[in-house]
Amino acid sequence: MTSNNVIIVGGGHNGLVCAAYLAGAGHKVTVLEAASQVGGAAVTREFAPGFRVSACAHLLFMLNPEIYRDLGLEQQGFELAANDLETVSLSSTGGHLFLSGSEARGGDLGPEDVARLKKFNARMLKFAGVLRKVYTGRPPRLTSQWSELKTLGKLGLAIRGMGRDDMREFLRIAGINIYDILQEQFDSEMLKGAMAWDAVLGGHLGPRSNNSMLNYLHRLTGEVNGKRGALASVKGGMGGVTQALAKAAAAAGAQIRTSAVVSRILVENGVVTGVELENGEKLSASRVVSSADPRTTFIDLVGLRHLEAGVALQVRNIRSRGSVAKLHLALDALPKFTGLDPQALGGRILISPSMVELEQAFDFSKYGEMSESPMMEITLPTVHDPELAPGGKHVLSALVQYAPYELKQGWENGRAELLQRTMAVLERYAPGVGASVLHSEILSPADIEREFRIAGGHWHHGEFALDQFMMTRPFYGSAQYATPLPGLYLCGAGSHPGGGVMGCAGRNAAAEIIARGGAA
Amino acid sequence: MNQKEHFRKFVYQTAFDSRTSRLNQLKAVHRWKDYLVADAYEDVALEYFAMRNSTGVFDLCPMTKHKISGPDALDYLNRLLTRDVSKLKPARVSYCVWCDDDGQVIDDGTVFHMREGEYMLCSQERQLDWLSISALGFDVTIEEVTHDIAALAVQGPTSCAILRDMGLANIEKLKPFGITWFDFEGSELMVSRTGFTGDLGYEVWIEPAKAEALWDALFAAGRIRGIRAIGTHALEMTRIEAGFIQAGVDFLPADSAVRHGRTRSPFELGLSWLVDFKKPNFTGRQALLAEKERGSRFNLVKLDIEGNKPAKDAYIYNGKNKVVGTVTSAMWSPTAKANIALASLHAPWGKPGDDLYAEIYYQRELKWNRVKARATVVEGVFFDPERRKVTPARDY
Repeated sequence: MTSNNVIIVGGGHNGLVCAAYLAGAGHKVTVLEAASQVGGAAVTREFAPGFRVSACAHLLFMLNPEIYRDLGLEQQGFELAANDLETVSLSSTGGHLFLSGSEARGGDLGPEDVARLKKFNARMLKFAGVLRKVYTGRPPRLTSQWSELKTLGKLGLAIRGMGRDDMREFLRIAGINIYDILQEQFDSEMLKGAMAWDAVLGGHLGPRSNNSMLNYLHRLTGEVNGKRGALASVKGGMGGVTQALAKAAAAAGAQIRTSAVVSRILVENGVVTGVELENGEKLSASRVVSSADPRTTFIDLVGLRHLEAGVALQVRNIRSRGSVAKLHLALDALPKFTGLDPQALGGRILISPSMVELEQAFDFSKYGEMSESPMMEITLPTVHDPELAPGGKHVLSALVQYAPYELKQGWENGRAELLQRTMAVLERYAPGVGASVLHSEILSPADIEREFRIAGGHWHHGEFALDQFMMTRPFYGSAQYATPLPGLYLCGAGSHPGGGVMGCAGRNAAAEIIARGGAA
Repeated sequence: MNQKEHFRKFVYQTAFDSRTSRLNQLKAVHRWKDYLVADAYEDVALEYFAMRNSTGVFDLCPMTKHKISGPDALDYLNRLLTRDVSKLKPARVSYCVWCDDDGQVIDDGTVFHMREGEYMLCSQERQLDWLSISALGFDVTIEEVTHDIAALAVQGPTSCAILRDMGLANIEKLKPFGITWFDFEGSELMVSRTGFTGDLGYEVWIEPAKAEALWDALFAAGRIRGIRAIGTHALEMTRIEAGFIQAGVDFLPADSAVRHGRTRSPFELGLSWLVDFKKPNFTGRQALLAEKERGSRFNLVKLDIEGNKPAKDAYIYNGKNKVVGTVTSAMWSPTAKANIALASLHAPWGKPGDDLYAEIYYQRELKWNRVKARATVVEGVFFDPERRKVTPARDY
């Protein structure tokens, strides 16, 4: 066993980022990916003969620019199909609202809201900038150690540095719900509905839930090509990101194995010694870095018995109930949304007409039911990237909320009904879309859990909330990537700074391992 | 026992209530985990001396009892407890403590390995919450059986003879910390050679329906050997003489502590012999390893104090008149003929030969007096009679 022999469990974007940095620093790295291709939840796969789609995440907006630069992703074949996508928020009456950063037009917008949005967006970007400052480093521990206090102080200074008024406003809103904030700021129901979507996407929360504002700010920490808050579509689908990352990791010297299903993380005498694959093969390593979500890592791969009881309880209590379903349609032709210029089909299309309707859609999921009228975020990737479908045909990819992981009737019984309800909503906005569907697939959170091996099917590997944030993500005592189990590290979205195709968790984890030097 | 209606009453009666309440002339009771138990029946001194010179019987029903079984029972206990339970053979009992992740003692108790793979954990405090949390990841069944098992402590020099006379053949051959089983009127009677008095003694365990019959048989057999029901006050005296610590008195259970620094690790309670670092994982291990490295904050010591005024709640000073700790339990020991105490001292104080003094306040006809009495750290046990360990146990 060599002293800097590292196994990375899972070849999602964070696992690959971690591998690339570690290999670059001279570690002997092996990435073990269970699926037949790397990518995790940032992956492109065929869902119908000739039709390919980003199977989980479908837009890029958070990839960390330093990672992009450090790993030379451009040279590794990474390419955007389109940048600066406009958001169209659909109205059932055809008066759609268009939104791009701080610019908005159409819908029920009045001139005051247009002006207010500029001011609001600028302020929110400033607030998100505070988070960005702590996202690229290890979160502090709450101890009196100088190095930890320094990190905390940095956050405090960043907040204070915004000036008195902004500091007060940041502290007022960061922990609360976006509903109240948007009600204070805007009149347009459509604008508020569209903005609130970004605050609840991916989580088990509605606009009136605490932490929705935090989710909104989290999303705004992202940038594409230097433009904050921009949305982009990746050439070849989201798999384009992870394919480039895999090439970067391999170029740095990491070995990547696909179809290598880790069944167990091996623990001997209280220390992690390697992994065992489903086929019985055992691989030893002085460090195992898991990009799997923390519940999968500790409960399924390690076993809670190898932790002390209080830690096991913290793992058990991680909130990670996914609420998003994923819809894939193979279409004979582009859909025709009532009153929407076909030019706009390349953008992000939202069905979230108001905060009230969004909240009502969420209400169902609180009681284990799917929304009667689901809300959704639709992209038509083939508009910019025709190669994803056979000539002239198209792919529709939509995130559908809310579809609670713990559905009362169970997902085997519920999947068809969710598809039917989703199609009914689509048909309302794009009459005739159903007739052009050649093939459809809907992934419930249970399917997402199975396909992407994420406990609870939660995209962010755990709810993004103040109690699972920074030094408490995934839980206190494992927030600095090292876990209480010697030799085991976390590098996935379940760790600071959290979900989104960002790569920061993988990079921060690598930095931690490199900083710790040779011994585990 | 059917306790479904428990919420209708504030307290429970134990399975021996019909017998104990008849003997309880003082009508002095207190609440122990929602059961009523006697402070004393007639006279604390008589009860104390019954335990040291003949036999005292203490109603043990309120003691918290959990049955632990299932394929992972041993692994579970080894993760829960600081000591190595794999060394505990069937039909054996051992003393144990369990900690939280910070290495602070939640409670102490006894773990019974009954039949192969079947365990019972006894403790003073309720533990179901922590035991359930600790069960995450284990295939183990935990049953709270406090209400389902009636138990008595039968302690004192004549206890073996009484049990034998009651019909428990070969009971004298049971070794300390051993368990054996008998038939009692068609029910299984479990007997363990265990206790809280530091003397020859047994604990007997039976289903509640047979509790009264067991009591009657025991007292009938014990009449000529000085059997006497005893309350918690007398038991308290014997356990201090034996040097046993008690939750809520000598240490604060970690799960009930609010203030930082009030709890104690096993090392700080003189229980390092219960901590087995050879086990790769148990709750508190990492914190205790760090403590071993760093050093402990406290020492729990036994003190022999000059004079005869019990040093209850006394401050302990060093020779430079600086407070270095407090007494947690204290008494004049009639058997050891010594003024004894348990005290929690700040490290490094508590080594044999340390220059220590107890500040004792006492009353003489309503007049308060104060003495500063020299306190000597004692290494052994205040009272440790040979008969406690001798097997076969003798009659006396």
